[in-house]
Amino acid sequence: MDTVMQNSGLLDIPLDRLDVSQHHLFRTGEVLPLFARLRREDPVHYCAQSQNGPYWSVTKHEDIMKVDTNPKVFSSSWENGGIVLDDAQAIPPVKDFVISAFIALDEPRHGVYRRAVQPIVSADSLRSLEDLVRTRTKKVLDSLPRDQVFNWVDLVSIELTTLLLATLFDVPVEDRHLLREWSDVTATLEGMDGFIGHENRIAKLTECLHYFMKLWNDRVNAPPKFDLVSMLAHDPNTRNMTPIDYLSQILVLIVGGNDTTRNTMSATINAINLFPDEYRKVREDRKLIPAMVDEIIRWQTPIPHMRRTALEDFQLRGKLIRKGDKVAMWYYSGNRDEEVFPDGDSVNVNRPNVSRQLSFGFGIHRCMGMNIAKLQLRILWEEMLDRFEFIEMLKPPVRTMSNQINGYTEVMVRIRG
Amino acid sequence: MVKITFVDNSGASQIVDAQPGVSLMRAAVDNGVNGISADCGGACACATCQVYVADEWFAKTGAPAEDEQAMLGFTNSVRGNSRLSCQITLTAALDGMVVTTPEQQT
Ligand code: HEM
Ligand code: FES
Repeated sequence: MDTVMQNSGLLDIPLDRLDVSQHHLFRTGEVLPLFARLRREDPVHYCAQSQNGPYWSVTKHEDIMKVDTNPKVFSSSWENGGIVLDDAQAIPPVKDFVISAFIALDEPRHGVYRRAVQPIVSADSLRSLEDLVRTRTKKVLDSLPRDQVFNWVDLVSIELTTLLLATLFDVPVEDRHLLREWSDVTATLEGMDGFIGHENRIAKLTECLHYFMKLWNDRVNAPPKFDLVSMLAHDPNTRNMTPIDYLSQILVLIVGGNDTTRNTMSATINAINLFPDEYRKVREDRKLIPAMVDEIIRWQTPIPHMRRTALEDFQLRGKLIRKGDKVAMWYYSGNRDEEVFPDGDSVNVNRPNVSRQLSFGFGIHRCMGMNIAKLQLRILWEEMLDRFEFIEMLKPPVRTMSNQINGYTEVMVRIRG
Repeated sequence: MVKITFVDNSGASQIVDAQPGVSLMRAAVDNGVNGISADCGGACACATCQVYVADEWFAKTGAPAEDEQAMLGFTNSVRGNSRLSCQITLTAALDGMVVTTPEQQT
């Protein structure tokens, strides 16, 4: 990686011209040394020109916490620009088609929607999911080819995460590929790989809306059940929302529960191949599984940034962030802040403070699905260790080109039989 | 010292002697109490340090601030006597307090 950097000269570029938000830097990994440079030289950094206009980068763990825990000053609302640097995600591509999910709302509306669906991650709910997740994980792992090369992303990561989503919405498992497609369409914007164009995007989301309207109509008049659609249809605070509001809440649940866990499952294979000694420690002591799951989520940081918009002037580390400015909280950088996580580029299962990682955000928007994600990943580890000596990655993985999702499209592996 | 009894979801209890002035969360974490993960380190931003305070002690812990109430509102396990332990400062008046940890944090 060092040679890549020397060749590209990015490390020497004057600070005022440095733009860490360029999508391709995330695919190549070049962004990590750039973040290290910002943490060292200019931790709260203003970039005057980028594909998404001017924005601030917040790169230190401590400062990210300050922004994330101050929702009165730093708004998530799509009306102010939303939660990613790219405003296009917040601005309706077609009139009246605003996706206003609760992840991109401020109080009090955020709380109304969040509380409606929150029971899906209660202790009772997780207990009832455990057996189902285990059965499916066993089945998926048992059906993997032996002594053959295959893409772990397709056969394991996508399969397991979409199966779970189908359960949370209580839709037929055969429809899981639809959930995956709608998730990708929602998260893939202009300038990223796989963008299908604005019109096609709206057409796909409309298809999604119709699918979920039918479910709503079936469930709103039926007795309440324990799935996300039924919860929204029966909660007195959400049952009269508009169809687009409804679609928005559905989409955040699909996207939130899909890419993130999927990419952590893929990252797991990358991690154990790059750090086989850490893998061996977990093999020898399974009590380390939860710590390993946390550590890989830190190392991967499935969501590299969340964006906020300042509602008033604010001083941060001596810099004046002005009302209306866009602020990127780079979780990916905070998770490698040497003051909190020394040698953060390495996976280390014995990291004492791994629970302070920023991957799930902090404050009132902190990830609602955290415990579901950890449950899925813990079970994947347990079942993997029961079956396989090792999962060998045969070439460097192919990463997604995005500053919004740290992911993989290809992780080619072979398991000896 | 302030003596605090932590009872977990299964009923098992652990008694901790803590310095006045530290938070209840610190007292728990430093003494290895189960069921409190305190991911945000006491910033009132993760709600993984929730405890239920026994009724006779609840008023003595003071009223939760608005931020704390907001965070508690986004847990699945919030009850009338819920507090975030990082927001309670231990004083001599809390000597002998009994708190229970939820089955699952958040
Ligand atoms: C490793 C897996 C995951 C990671 C790294 C992750 C990360 C995040 C992050 C960074 C946020 C925003 C936090 C903020 O703005 O402060 C978030 C919010 C959210 N996540 Fe996750 N997530 C994961 C898994 C899941 C799963 C499995 C689900 C659903 C089943 C889910 C549902 C949500 C929802 C609904 C929100 C919005 C919460 C709110 O605005 O109140 N996530 N997640
Ligand atoms: S430690 Fe995070 S809220 Fe108390």
